[in-house]
Amino acid sequence: MSVFTTVLARDLRLALRQSADSLTVIAFFAIATVLFPFGIGPEANILARIAPGVVWVTALLAALLSLDRIFTVDFEDGTLDQLILSGAPLPVVVLAKVTAHWLTTGVPLIIMSPVLAVTLHLPAEGYVPLMLALLLGTPTVSLVGAVGAALVLGTRRGGVLLSLLVLPLYIPVLIFGTAVIEGAITGVPVTPLILAGFAILALTLCPWAASAALRQAAE
Amino acid sequence: MVRLMVEKTFTAQTFSGANLSCRRGGRLVFAGLHFAVPPGGALILRGHNGSGKTTLLRLMAGLTPSSAGHLAWDGQAIDDPDAHAARLRFVTHLDAVKPALTVAENLSFWMSLWAGKTNESALQKSLQAFDLKRFETFPARLLSAGQRHRLALSRLLVAPAPLWLLDEPGNALDDASLAALARAIADHRASGGQVVIASHGSAFVDDGMTLDVGAFTPTTAAHWSEEE
Repeated sequence: MSVFTTVLARDLRLALRQSADSLTVIAFFAIATVLFPFGIGPEANILARIAPGVVWVTALLAALLSLDRIFTVDFEDGTLDQLILSGAPLPVVVLAKVTAHWLTTGVPLIIMSPVLAVTLHLPAEGYVPLMLALLLGTPTVSLVGAVGAALVLGTRRGGVLLSLLVLPLYIPVLIFGTAVIEGAITGVPVTPLILAGFAILALTLCPWAASAALRQAAE
Repeated sequence: MVRLMVEKTFTAQTFSGANLSCRRGGRLVFAGLHFAVPPGGALILRGHNGSGKTTLLRLMAGLTPSSAGHLAWDGQAIDDPDAHAARLRFVTHLDAVKPALTVAENLSFWMSLWAGKTNESALQKSLQAFDLKRFETFPARLLSAGQRHRLALSRLLVAPAPLWLLDEPGNALDDASLAALARAIADHRASGGQVVIASHGSAFVDDGMTLDVGAFTPTTAAHWSEEE
């Protein structure tokens, strides 16, 4: 097996055995989204107007909750030292771990999103763009988040620092992610390909940046 | 307990370091340190707590950069950390054991990462070497501290690498496991591998060279760096 599949298989198996971690993220996504109809009231037009933004923001916050899991446990139990010393290219190891993170948090968020969009009265033509935007946007969320997670390793209260570091970087994804959904609803389509562009850019930069940060953390 | 067969002879190459210094948090941990470990050789690192044994091992592994001096493999300065990493195994005081995976899964992960594939017979031999066969299907969270450490040590055997760096490998081990470790080290050296051991207690070898890291520790305030 290649390095990528070995690390991916191990992380997926760990996520499956400790499925409470992933379920917490999904539960947070559901509860945080459902709070909005309660807070704003049951007026369908207002909810429909804010639905794309609410789903995206809560999805980003839910993903943020899970980011420190990518490296923190490995850092604390000594696995990270061994991974750096595996002789395998570290960016490949990082990419495998990010892929596992996306599969265990990003994908469940995508699957959950239409159900939550119902509570926000999202118009029917918005559902497919919603899932498409999340599908193309969440890989960037995981990749950029991995760099932040690697940078805050070993710091006290890294979680708070991580959100300060990473959330501003999510703004472009948020803007175009919601624009894709709103475009479909208002009939002025916005191409989702720009989200794919962000993902490709993140894919070419983030594994290397995160690797450099991990080596720094292991010093 | 089954004795591991000596299967692979490593190409004879010396691992050495010249004039090594290391600075941590602005403090010079050690300076002007030299060592050389020939094939089949053993180097025992001694020194009081905080003298820099672990730092030196992490430096030897390429995890921590040296502030002066260089490491060499077969006389060539080591400049590719990944190539160097591929020829060493490092047992730290952290066991890198995943509690949610079984003992066998923990081992086979590292085996496929290092060797590119899993080999059932090599896996069984590694388990037997440290008497972990009985716990093969147990989740690692059920292991005691000593058993977890034995699992970390059995990683040394799943895929051959010439250089072993062992940080206090005798911690939490019972007498039988200490003997198993001494045997594994002897077998490794017999096949041409070299080993560096930081230890307060048993040295596991009776013919190794000893390096007192503490002797290279500067003690005066002059060694505190002002620029950091």
